[in-house]
Amino acid sequence: MARKLKFLEHLPFLPIAVLMIVLIVPAFFADMIAPHDPYKAYLRNRMEPPLFFGGTTEFILGTDRLGRDILSRIMHGARYALIISLAGIVLGAIVGTLLGLIAGYMRGHIEALIMRVVDITFALPSILLALALASVSGPSFELVIFVVIFVIWGFFARQVRAETLILRELDFVARARVAGASDFRILYRYILPNIVNTIVVLATLQIGVVIVLEATLSFLGIGIPRPVPAWGLLVADGRQLIVSSWWISFFPGMAILLTVLSVNMLGDSMRDWLDPKLRRV
Amino acid sequence: MLRFVLTRLSQMLVSLLVITFIVFSLSHLTGSPIDSLLPDDATPQQIASLTEHLGLDRPYYVQYLTFLQNAAVGDFGDSTKWKGSTAAEVVLERLPATLQLGGLAVLISVVAAIPMGVMSAVRRGSIFDRMAGVVALLGQSLPAFWLGIVLMWIFAVILGWFPTSGYGGLTYMILPAVGMAWFQIAALTRLTRSAMLEVLDTEYVKLARIKGVNERQVIWKHAFRNAAIVPITYFGVLAGSLLTGSVVMETVFAWPGTGLLAIDAIRGRDFPVVQSVVLFFAVFYLLANFLVDVLYAIIDPRIRYG
Repeated sequence: MARKLKFLEHLPFLPIAVLMIVLIVPAFFADMIAPHDPYKAYLRNRMEPPLFFGGTTEFILGTDRLGRDILSRIMHGARYALIISLAGIVLGAIVGTLLGLIAGYMRGHIEALIMRVVDITFALPSILLALALASVSGPSFELVIFVVIFVIWGFFARQVRAETLILRELDFVARARVAGASDFRILYRYILPNIVNTIVVLATLQIGVVIVLEATLSFLGIGIPRPVPAWGLLVADGRQLIVSSWWISFFPGMAILLTVLSVNMLGDSMRDWLDPKLRRV
Repeated sequence: MLRFVLTRLSQMLVSLLVITFIVFSLSHLTGSPIDSLLPDDATPQQIASLTEHLGLDRPYYVQYLTFLQNAAVGDFGDSTKWKGSTAAEVVLERLPATLQLGGLAVLISVVAAIPMGVMSAVRRGSIFDRMAGVVALLGQSLPAFWLGIVLMWIFAVILGWFPTSGYGGLTYMILPAVGMAWFQIAALTRLTRSAMLEVLDTEYVKLARIKGVNERQVIWKHAFRNAAIVPITYFGVLAGSLLTGSVVMETVFAWPGTGLLAIDAIRGRDFPVVQSVVLFFAVFYLLANFLVDVLYAIIDPRIRYG
């Protein structure tokens, strides 16, 4: 019991509470807790203002141009923010970690090639790739996830390689080799467990970046396709109506801001707890 | 020095080749251009003659080389959406608007961030320093497109100080430029602050103070001149975020530059124009980074041997 409490000490309360309210609970339970169907247009209640700004408790955060409930749309949008960022980060982390392990362990030409590719992907602004891809395929989920992987895998590859370089020279790895362990077993059983913390921290630090990236692409019309209520698309819905109905853009953007702010704060404390040396990265 | 420049130049060319290859390959993923150029009832002879005319029967690498050749002279074909102009003409026409906005954004970020970074280092731990810290944290977390809309709402709709959107003089440029500058300010302030903190701690700064040099001179002449190297290296990264910023802010504020052009071209499925914008951005970005590297090597000779 005491150990469990110690674990909790490291997690900041406020960011986690905000994340639960804005992102996680809605992502899982939007169907149950959302007051309205996010796609249903209440044509008689178009552009209704939020509560306290002349609106009613029926539509707490107001409605959009078609009379759809903004709160319900934000809640359903949380699901896409969560799924896309998790899928993108997990895939990016897997690709980056695998290539980082190979580069750090095999050395030689393979290492040089992999690290050169990392340099090139870092040298290309992600917006260029997104624009080029979108012009071919149009907006799609696959496109967003592909761009996310492209943006983040290099961070993992670089860090994992650096740590693998150190670990492979240590005694316990040499002993495993003497004992007859295969390369695969050494990487999987001896090296990977020692870099898991780093991977977890890097992943947490990237979530905010990824959520903003996804929302930006969706906002520009080159991310998640309509009519899905992704947060970036919700903000885009209100762009033309800012003069008369500020709430259409404002609240979805607040959801993004609160989520990203909390994730960044959470990432910082995870780093200080699990892997303080990443402070310099 | 020459060797350093040549190495960087060759690295830049490799990156450029990779980008052109990606763009070229993408244009082939869209399916054969024959289908969109000829009617459905075209005879096999017509298809064959057009295929030959466009060079699509030649090997992949030959097509790529032809593409490179054309790209080198700025020939990306005709725009399909803006009839009667080549893609390159469409892009060049929109370029001045983007340069105006980007230039103003850089100006705002330098003018705001450098004094802010220096002051928070000098008065470390003060309220001012902590406020700059909050700005930096917000800079990381605010989605740019939403910031643009909120700026528009507050300063154009509620206060009525500026027009909401569109193309025009300085009043039209302020809001989008501030939106673009925000993220630069956050990053540049942090960098300047940490560089200044390091320099302020050195022996020669202490010596200058002991000698009785006035504080203003110590900060700006002795310390800042050496600290400035770090922010300068950041300008390469800044070029990248300016590209993203111009696409986002031009879309939010309906500013008719190349960023908005790219989005319009994608919506209108105008592939030649998208291609030329992407390659144009890529060249700008790589060139900016190359110049920063060279500048850095001139200022700090240690880099050349690094």
